[in-house]
Amino acid sequence: MGAQRWIDLGFFQFQPTELMKLGLVLVLARHFHAMSQEQVRKPHRLAWPVLLGVVPALLVAKQPDLGSALLLLTLTGALLFLAGVRLWKFAAVVALVLAALAALPLAWSRLRDYQKQRVLVFLDPEKDPLGSGYHIIQSKIALGSGGIWGKGFMQGTQSYLQFLPEKQTDFIFTMYAEEFGLAGGIVLLALYAAILVYGTMIALVARSQFGRLLASGIMVAFWVYAFINMAMVTGLIPVVGEPLPFVSYGGSALVSLLVSFGLVINVYVSTATRRSGGPATRAGPEPGRTRRAGRRASVEKAKPLSTSPGRLGISPARSRNRVGA
Amino acid sequence: MGRQQGRARTFTRRSLLLLGGQLGLFGVLAGRLYWLQVVESEKYQTLSDTNRISLRLVPPVRGRVLDREGEPLAVNRPNYRIVVVPELTGNVGATLDALATLLPVGEADRRRIMRDVARKRRFLPIVVRENLSWEDVGRVAVNTQDLPGVQFDVGFAREYPRGMDFAHVVGYVAPPAEADLTGDPLLELPDFRIGRNGIERVYDLAMRGRGGTSQLEVNAVGRPIRELDRVDGDPGQDVALTIDAGLQRFCMQRLSQEESGAAVVMEVETGEVLASSSWPSFDPNEFATGIPAGLWRELLADTRGPLTNKVVSGQYAPGSTYKMVVALAGLEAGVIAPDHRIHCPGHMDLGDNRFHCWRRGGHGAVDMVEAIQQSCDVYFYELSRRVGIDRISAMSRRFGLGQSLGIDVPGERAGLMPTRAWKEAIHGKPWAQGDTLVAGIGQGFVLATPLQLAVMTARMANGGRAVEPHFARQRIEGGSLVDRVEEPAPSLGIPQRHLAVVLKAMSSVVNDPRGTAFRARIDEPELAMGGKTGTSQVRRITAQERATGMRRPHEVPWNERDHALFVGFSSASRRCASPAMPAPSSSSTAAAGPPSRRRSRATSCWRRRGATAPAGRCAARAPPARRRPEGRATHGPARHLRRSSRRARARRQARLGELGPRAAHRARVLHRLRDAVLGRGRQHGALGGAAGRALRRRARADARRRAGAPALVACARLPGLRAGPAAARRPPTRSTRWACCCSSRSRCSGASAWARSAGSTSASSSSSRRS
Repeated sequence: MGAQRWIDLGFFQFQPTELMKLGLVLVLARHFHAMSQEQVRKPHRLAWPVLLGVVPALLVAKQPDLGSALLLLTLTGALLFLAGVRLWKFAAVVALVLAALAALPLAWSRLRDYQKQRVLVFLDPEKDPLGSGYHIIQSKIALGSGGIWGKGFMQGTQSYLQFLPEKQTDFIFTMYAEEFGLAGGIVLLALYAAILVYGTMIALVARSQFGRLLASGIMVAFWVYAFINMAMVTGLIPVVGEPLPFVSYGGSALVSLLVSFGLVINVYVSTATRRSGGPATRAGPEPGRTRRAGRRASVEKAKPLSTSPGRLGISPARSRNRVGA
Repeated sequence: MGRQQGRARTFTRRSLLLLGGQLGLFGVLAGRLYWLQVVESEKYQTLSDTNRISLRLVPPVRGRVLDREGEPLAVNRPNYRIVVVPELTGNVGATLDALATLLPVGEADRRRIMRDVARKRRFLPIVVRENLSWEDVGRVAVNTQDLPGVQFDVGFAREYPRGMDFAHVVGYVAPPAEADLTGDPLLELPDFRIGRNGIERVYDLAMRGRGGTSQLEVNAVGRPIRELDRVDGDPGQDVALTIDAGLQRFCMQRLSQEESGAAVVMEVETGEVLASSSWPSFDPNEFATGIPAGLWRELLADTRGPLTNKVVSGQYAPGSTYKMVVALAGLEAGVIAPDHRIHCPGHMDLGDNRFHCWRRGGHGAVDMVEAIQQSCDVYFYELSRRVGIDRISAMSRRFGLGQSLGIDVPGERAGLMPTRAWKEAIHGKPWAQGDTLVAGIGQGFVLATPLQLAVMTARMANGGRAVEPHFARQRIEGGSLVDRVEEPAPSLGIPQRHLAVVLKAMSSVVNDPRGTAFRARIDEPELAMGGKTGTSQVRRITAQERATGMRRPHEVPWNERDHALFVGFSSASRRCASPAMPAPSSSSTAAAGPPSRRRSRATSCWRRRGATAPAGRCAARAPPARRRPEGRATHGPARHLRRSSRRARARRQARLGELGPRAAHRARVLHRLRDAVLGRGRQHGALGGAAGRALRRRARADARRRAGAPALVACARLPGLRAGPAAARRPPTRSTRWACCCSSRSRCSGASAWARSAGSTSASSSSSRRS
């Protein structure tokens, strides 16, 4: 397809989109950290964040990498939402989107052929069973034939016999679901949900807007990856080629994920240290500590917090439950 | 701080909202998983099996075609192929070079292979060479370790061991064309062949067999991983023909001396065709491997028609061979009696037109038997004028002329028997009396194929029963072969006395000195035959030619020469056990077998020759040349045993000619017995002991030398003699009567030569059937 997603540095390749993702979240978080709530409500203040989000998205879409562009746009939207932008503005955006849909025929002609194909094939994969519909059809066959308990580890006939293309990257979930069935799929979904919940909790107890927005932005990115991949594999959305976080094979995605999770942990750790008396006054746990160690430490440190009702307006019971879980 | 709180509160709210949304969408995903993996699980299970299980067809072996005795006429020969699999060889070019040291690999082949390597998938085998001999295969097999990626494959190719002899009857096979594809997946296999012509085509469905299936586990690119299951199919059924390969060979040999001709021999009682030859012929083995375009064009362009089966497709005017039908029509209509005489001055006038008889001076007053015997045209002009064309046509239809007989060989033509209505419909002109006259001698609009003439003769010879010809012992019923049940043929309703007259006349054609085929008679009484010569003109004889004399055959261009025809049947008597000795070895048939039912073979002879029956003329005018009968010992130890003189025999014949058929036959048998007892006559076999053996040996050698072809010496054996090993091998057969038809484009010899070969054909056939 000629997608220019990679930059070859000789000894390794890396995708700038990954960096962009992180960068966008960091910048937007910082931006909204400095703005007050009233300022957020003003439309003219939103021009800069929107621009920050939309321009890279467009550039990425020109690669062409539709999936990452959508991701960036979603991130922007989520962060704006979380920062407190008035809801009616979102309604306006939705209205705009509807208007754009009305102008679909115009947009249709602007889509590249293979993107058009993707949408058409998505709507009816049987149209091109040996070409672009092949992936979706094979994916559904492999998934469906897994049943409740799956075919067993390494017994997946579809993937073993090479019916399933891209089985280590985009369609890894299919192979997993074929071998472990519905049970396995639910387990994986539960794990992702658990990570999501943890991350959101971290965001909720963070002490600064920056921290909050950073953590939740990363969580949103994580969720988008997971959801897009699994929805694509089960035939709910057209194939966009996003990897499944922490499961798909692929170095740069993993690196950026780990970096982002490192930032989340850092948010949590800084929250914990701040609660327990601030970073300057005492030596808190190092940022590089594992999450578990950090949690135990913060459990100890959080205890004194329970007595004082949160300056942050969080009720102690809630915070304890969350933190101590 | 308030700012912080407000912000935090908003954030919390919205964040929780967002979390809810995210978890909700995960729930949707879970629901979708449930849908796919539980609700629609079976559907996808099936699909996944379909993905990975590929059903391959195993092609069935095609049934063979066998002759009467079980000799194979169409077989499947293993076709050894060498294939190269690019995936298993690193460098296809190097492998081909190594292979070229063992087998020649042409430049074109090499290019084709490299092209296929680039185009096809890497695990698919590519054919290097086909139709290899076993030695070639061995040579390559020994060196396989130096030839990575080279494998062997075996398919089946159709082979016709008898080649040209059976080209028209058996036909050939070819890959199915677009129009033949019925959706049956068997037809799309690469090696599959369907019958294109002849028996191969008519019995194709039964010979195909049913394919088997093999279940293979394959991966996404179709590479087979392993075989899961195999169900073997059914091989095709063998078709047994009624044709005798030896007789067919003989017919083709004789016909090959002519430019073009056809011959068919069939049995009178059952309608089984014993030989069907059409010359020139082609080699069907050329078609099996793909006929070269040049050869195909040559065959198409040849004016002698090598691709047509003249026996069933060649429509000719029957000429004088048609006269028996006219005679029977006249007898049935009651417009003539067998002993009525009509005067033939050499021509007959009808209005302004003069119709000529072939004999310039005419035949004089002839009755029916003499008219047929000497083939008098004027008699039949008069007779057909009295009977009328419609009644003649009706009678000829009863004898199988003018209609399709529904035989199991394709390409049958129906011939033509004109009627008044037909001429009105097709030509738009009323029927003229002159047309009737001309039709009465078998010219004009009348057309018949050699097979139809043979059937006509057979139906006369078997006593007026409607025998139907067929080429195979089985017939197709519901896609498989079922043995034919021999039922007696229904009667045509011709009174026996009428038939007797006609049969006697046909006998006299051959055996009477005045008959047109006297020169071709067979002396052995068991092989005696009756028949009728015929000549069909293809162009009008001009008045100038009549005045100055007919052109000799070799002066006329080939395609303007007349057709020469002969129909014949074996008129051997009922009592004859008719054993005959086979040419090479001297085993005899069991005379112990009951000489009960006769089966006759009817043959009709066609021959394209020069002038109109000069041989007949010669035979009629000049006394028959003094010939030595076959096998007669004129020197050697047995010369004192010369048989009765020719004059005596002629006297005897004349006397016999005055008797009725039964009485004559009885007399003949008595004479033979007397001769045998007195040591005279032709019955060498009646002599026992060393003298007899010497005589027989000499007789055989003479016959072989004379005829050249594997002709026979019939050795009549009185009942009670030893049966040879051949007879022990086969159960005693019924004696058979044959009828034959042969045609050819002769340059020189007369009808007699063909009649003679018909006789020797019958002799050799009955011998080959005995052996």
